Amino acid sequence: MIEIVHTPIDVEAVLESVRDPGAGALDLFLGTTRNQTKGRSVLWLEYEAYEPMARGLMERIAREAGERWGITKISIVHRIGRVAVGETSVAIAVSSAHRNEAFLACRYAIDDLKKNVPIWKKEVFADGGHWVGMEGSGPGVSD
Amino acid sequence: MISVHVHCFAGARDLTGWSEREIPLPDGANTADLLAALIGAHPSLAAWKAFLRLAVNAEYAGPATALRDGDAVAVIPPVSGG
Repeated sequence: MIEIVHTPIDVEAVLESVRDPGAGALDLFLGTTRNQTKGRSVLWLEYEAYEPMARGLMERIAREAGERWGITKISIVHRIGRVAVGETSVAIAVSSAHRNEAFLACRYAIDDLKKNVPIWKKEVFADGGHWVGMEGSGPGVSD
Repeated sequence: MISVHVHCFAGARDLTGWSEREIPLPDGANTADLLAALIGAHPSLAAWKAFLRLAVNAEYAGPATALRDGDAVAVIPPVSGG
């Protein structure tokens, strides 16, 4: 299951999608939205994606995780649009014969997703908002 | 002349003020030429130049990737999914 969704993520369905009789381990990672960043209160998060490219890269991550660790199944689901504080923005589930491969593949998937998949997060405050990674008027410039 | 369809996302869209636009370029232009044209039209992009990635037809492209008429180019600011 590789999906970009505009509605709340059904975490149970993501987990069940990787359950397999050949697997002895299921690993689940959830990214959830924090209520503060650097001491400022976050009202909600706004996610945007370049969907066809994001989905393609998520499929590539799943393929590479499979080739590298020989896992049984992997699902990656990212939510976009407005996400309230405390809700799940991304869910990654991995099954494998043994736990080590599941942990490693899951870690790889979230790290690569955060580095390369064209999805953006805007933190919205009472007095405005900013795209994470583009705060200020230039790199290292805060305003 | 060729024309490419440029799509600015997230923080890049905030800096250019537009989401999608057709940009004409000379024959033989590459991704570096396009980025230079965008920065020329929108100087606020300059500070972020080293952090912007371009994708051509939904694949990350290097700085000297040749562009063809009708290509779809995405301007990808620092990503922050997860």
